[in-house]
Amino acid sequence: MSRHSRARIGKALNIFGPFIGLLLVIALFSLIPEVQGRFLRAANFKSVATQSVIVALGALGMTLIIIAGGIDLSAASNIALASVITAYAVNAGAAPLVAVLLGVLTGGLVGLVNGGLVTRLRLVPFIVTMGMMGIARGAAKWIAGNQKIDAPMTWINELMAKSPRPSWLLLAPGIWIVILFAVAMAVLLKYTVFGRHVFAVGSNEATARLCGVRTDRAKVLIYAIAGLFCGLSGVMEFSRLTVGDPTVAVGLELDIIAAVVIGGGSLSGGEGSILGTMVGVLIMSFLRNGCTMMGWPNYIQEIIIGAIIIVAVTLDRLRHR
Amino acid sequence: MSVAPSAPPVLRMTGVSKSFGATRALDDVTFELGRGEVHALIGENGAGKSTMMKILSGAIPPDAGRMEIDGRPYAPAGPGDGLRSGVSMIYQELNLAPHLTVEENIMLGREVHAAGWLDRGTMRRRVREVLELVRHPEISPGVPVGRLSVGARQLVEIARALLGKARILVMDEPTSSLSQEDSLRLFEIIRGLQGQDVSIVYISHFLEEVQRVADTYTVLRDGRSVGSGRMADARFEDLIQLMVGQKFTELFPRVEHAVGAPVLTLDGLKGRGMASPVGMSLARGEILGVAGLIGSGRTELLRTIFGLDAVEGGTVVVSGTELAGKRPWTRIRSGLGLLSEDRQGEGLALGLSVADNMTLSDLAPYRRRGLLGLRRQRQAVADWIGKLKIKAKGPAQKVLDLSGGNQQKVALARLLHQKASVLLLDEPTRGIDVVSKSQIYEWIGGLAREGKAVLFVSSYLPELLGICDRIAVFHRGALVASRPASAWDAAGLMAAATVGRTSQEIPIEQRNAE
Repeated sequence: MSRHSRARIGKALNIFGPFIGLLLVIALFSLIPEVQGRFLRAANFKSVATQSVIVALGALGMTLIIIAGGIDLSAASNIALASVITAYAVNAGAAPLVAVLLGVLTGGLVGLVNGGLVTRLRLVPFIVTMGMMGIARGAAKWIAGNQKIDAPMTWINELMAKSPRPSWLLLAPGIWIVILFAVAMAVLLKYTVFGRHVFAVGSNEATARLCGVRTDRAKVLIYAIAGLFCGLSGVMEFSRLTVGDPTVAVGLELDIIAAVVIGGGSLSGGEGSILGTMVGVLIMSFLRNGCTMMGWPNYIQEIIIGAIIIVAVTLDRLRHR
Repeated sequence: MSVAPSAPPVLRMTGVSKSFGATRALDDVTFELGRGEVHALIGENGAGKSTMMKILSGAIPPDAGRMEIDGRPYAPAGPGDGLRSGVSMIYQELNLAPHLTVEENIMLGREVHAAGWLDRGTMRRRVREVLELVRHPEISPGVPVGRLSVGARQLVEIARALLGKARILVMDEPTSSLSQEDSLRLFEIIRGLQGQDVSIVYISHFLEEVQRVADTYTVLRDGRSVGSGRMADARFEDLIQLMVGQKFTELFPRVEHAVGAPVLTLDGLKGRGMASPVGMSLARGEILGVAGLIGSGRTELLRTIFGLDAVEGGTVVVSGTELAGKRPWTRIRSGLGLLSEDRQGEGLALGLSVADNMTLSDLAPYRRRGLLGLRRQRQAVADWIGKLKIKAKGPAQKVLDLSGGNQQKVALARLLHQKASVLLLDEPTRGIDVVSKSQIYEWIGGLAREGKAVLFVSSYLPELLGICDRIAVFHRGALVASRPASAWDAAGLMAAATVGRTSQEIPIEQRNAE
């Protein structure tokens, strides 16, 4: 095989690699007679998509952070905190829109603090966000008085409804929100100066500084944006559960990171894409869904998803050779 | 140091060939190395030097050809075999673990032990033996390697190679990160090794250095051996011509340019690593060279002017305006541009494309209503690639895949693209091939002709003398002297850089003492 054609195949793999994984997963369950009928149905695909919303929103922000060479371990705690704040506000009689905004902004604030600590204290993001993971979770439990916050039903709870109203929406409003923001983020990364700076900071921060990129400002902005997405994700969590639960989404940050990595994001920075991340989210959701239908216990799912992460990153390494 | 002609060679490589895909990296190369001989292997980047040495060390197998050591067939299956046969490599890029100590690094993989328990006494003794050979004030067995200077690390690397009782030592650009002093020490070490009948293959770009240290030479070009002989019989020009393959008229092409009004004025500028405040002035159309040893404050000067290192005092005036902002992004807007001495670590984002690297410092021209015009960016970069004769497949190619010379051209092109009027160049020709060097000198001349001002830091004195209008010398963080280039010679520059005073100022008796 000539070098040139190998490069071309490599490029094609780069673009379609995650899709191949997704198709494989879907094909696999479609071929199993026991679940075939139920799995390959529009209604099932819709429910998988709805189940993906929370991880997907978190992963949009995480993609940004990982491309910039960082990591956010506080994402799941942040989601729980935002869901509690939203529930608290609704319960206190705030207008639903105000509650949603409060939830989203809480997430943004946590992200802002993450970014501020990373740039001011010159600490590695792993440490800062690991600390924030505990702080945000603790704050959520404190505010909720260590129990679930019940809240009256409002339109917020329809964001994650499987059969949306009005029915011409076809999909839950949450799904449309994910699609909208995914497109916006993809455009942001590819077609704006800020997007170029995100890649530059992740690829080589010293070069970025040399080229006049205000690296600290860019990083604070990146963590703040990611925080806003966690906030929105928290609103969706509240929408789904109809209560504010401070113990929800424990360990979800690893699912979010896994989605980005399966989608081609590199933990050493400089690489990743929104499209890849979204496919990564779907791969994990379809796997969960298929395993559940098969009646496989939870631990089988965990083993399979763990293996998928390792295989995906190995393939990623190979196609970069 | 003469090699007895009758003595059989220690190493003989015959008809060695190697291809990578469609590229023929080595083509029927024959090479002989005598006992106690220093044999220079020279050639441009990509000529096949590294491939040949990897084959010798056993890291990769040849496609064809034979190797013999002491007349016995030598076909290493891996670097371990090479080491056991007495072939030791010192690579250009450092292969040390920064957290481990000098001793731990030297003994790494060759620990002396009994049933897994380290025999620290024996190891310490053997480490002391080899350190005695490279002797350097910074190096002692218990110091973590990460705390050593780059030059000292290189010497640790050499000590490690000496430990294995090497009979054939391959040194790949050993002085590329050494100061003048450390280089001289290295040459002494090489002489000492020669005395112990160790044969050395010495790979280098620096022809002056090669002429000084080697007994014999072999020139590689495009994977072929195009000439070899005794160093004493070879002229500098002949070697360059063999390397380049064409008549090479002038290394330092002279571009006529006129010096105009002052554009950059430093007044009492002080920053980290600068012992005393610096005042100097640079005019439009002027090329001001800055000489000095590594650590003399010349790199720090550039970084402070550019705002990469914290400014601790003084002013920088560009075109009559004192610069208020002290960060790189404000200085770029004021027309300054800096080329980093560390091309791979700082100068370029290797994983990004040529286009992104070239335009990162000035994306504004491609932005409309907040969105980047990627096609316009690609087109502009393609134009630069053509204009500057950069060998790249296109704007989308990753910088990682380019040769050193072409990477450096991309880094320089960034400054041209951002339309910098004052260019701060730190070692712009380090580690790149002769043809690219010559092209870069020509650009610098052309920039001066356009009225740009160039501050040119270099350790390579011939290039400073060859292209600069004026040369300033730094010593221990302070500016020693600044004079027209015609008033300097290499010896004078060296004296000023090492002693900190110009030769006229040194009293006769002291000069004799030194």
